[in-house]
Amino acid sequence: MVDYLNAALRRVPAWVLYILAPMPVLVIFYLGLTGALGIDPAKRIEHELGLWSLWLLIAGLAVTPLRRWVGLNLLKFRRAIGVITFFYLLAHLLTWLVLDVQFQNVWADIVKRWYITVGMAAFVLMLPLALTSNNWSLRWLGPGTWRKLHTLVYPIAILGALHFLLLVKGFQWEPILYAAVIAVLLLSRVRPERLRSFRLLRQA
Amino acid sequence: GGIAGAVPKGALAQESLEPNTWEEITNYCNYYEFGTGKEDPARYAQALTIDPWTVRIDGLVDKPGDYSFADIMSQMTVEERIYRFRCVEAWSMVIPWNGFELADLLNWVGVQSGAKYVAFETALRPDEMPGVSRPVLDWPYVEGLRLDEAMHPLTMMATGIYGRDILKQNGAPLRLVVPWKYGFKSIKSIVRISLVEDEPPASWNVANPREYGFYSNVNPEVDHPRWSQATERLIGSGIFATRQPTLMFNGYADEVASLYDGMDLRISF
Repeated sequence: MVDYLNAALRRVPAWVLYILAPMPVLVIFYLGLTGALGIDPAKRIEHELGLWSLWLLIAGLAVTPLRRWVGLNLLKFRRAIGVITFFYLLAHLLTWLVLDVQFQNVWADIVKRWYITVGMAAFVLMLPLALTSNNWSLRWLGPGTWRKLHTLVYPIAILGALHFLLLVKGFQWEPILYAAVIAVLLLSRVRPERLRSFRLLRQA
Repeated sequence: GGIAGAVPKGALAQESLEPNTWEEITNYCNYYEFGTGKEDPARYAQALTIDPWTVRIDGLVDKPGDYSFADIMSQMTVEERIYRFRCVEAWSMVIPWNGFELADLLNWVGVQSGAKYVAFETALRPDEMPGVSRPVLDWPYVEGLRLDEAMHPLTMMATGIYGRDILKQNGAPLRLVVPWKYGFKSIKSIVRISLVEDEPPASWNVANPREYGFYSNVNPEVDHPRWSQATERLIGSGIFATRQPTLMFNGYADEVASLYDGMDLRISF
């Protein structure tokens, strides 16, 4: 089954994702403008784009565990997923700026409001990743440095989960679920031998 | 009964307010007993049984007891009030309520001299309310007003909107409306009203006292810790509409500001 999937995916080029990527954004805005997103479309668009950013972040983080534990090889799509994640995050941020807060007290909000601070931090950390997502940057930095730089996606994912946790009212399960999925994906990267050396260090 | 003439003049300057549509008012609700999504109440509140409905009125009153909704309505005069409605989440609507003044109800049951606060409680029906299986808040939902706030002529018990019976997602069969306070103070589907001596608990204040005060008066100068309260998005004004400035006491300062003379509204927020 997995072999069949891998064989099929081998024939799908990564650029297909770039063709598909703008469609959800267009659909979300179309639904918002035609009233299909309910009474408060600006807020819904903002939230939908935020959720899409989290889903894409999770999809990007799932590539390695899926290969290691399931044998499914999605590696060639990972960079495209990352670039698309950045554009969804940008669309989410622009919706907040233009439709929601309308550039009022934006700086004060970023400094004062924890969930906005955290969300903005995630976006800022994503900038170097987006800028170096081309082959030229990969050659220029060298694969080692490039890979190290792109481990920034781990703090970005933690900040994304935290952003959602901080913004809801009352006790709600949805953000906790997202945080749990992200936590599992990050923990799946911890190598047992490193844990052992950590334990030895503590004992020493 | 409620006499419109008893209402301060400013509150009747309603001609400038353009009410939101029935569609908007009944499909964009916060009623967490039916779920945390804005459309959840319209979807799930239909399971709520509102007939028969009994309100227990107790505490420091002359005539405590279990009053049926019909009993109460037989004594009250229903009138229309078009009020601004400002949610703590920084959106707002204009709603043409039908209902009676809370003061009329309280005078009917007789408030005793020791009473200083009024406590309210929403129905808690796990079989009919899918949202209460989640610990979003400590159910049942409770709220409270100082007695002078409760007796203020602007404070009403709403039983209708646009001349129709109020829908379940909006708090049927009867709910509080305190137009100068954030919407969550206007507790829905009330089953109990108690006249008490001490400040009663209020659900959001209990859940997060740093973010939600007991008074929760609309105040553009006191921000919610996680967002500014200086401006609001008027629901229904279009996706590209600009935010409008939030008014002190939601525009009812002339009528209610004196209730808070000498209080620091940054501390008693």
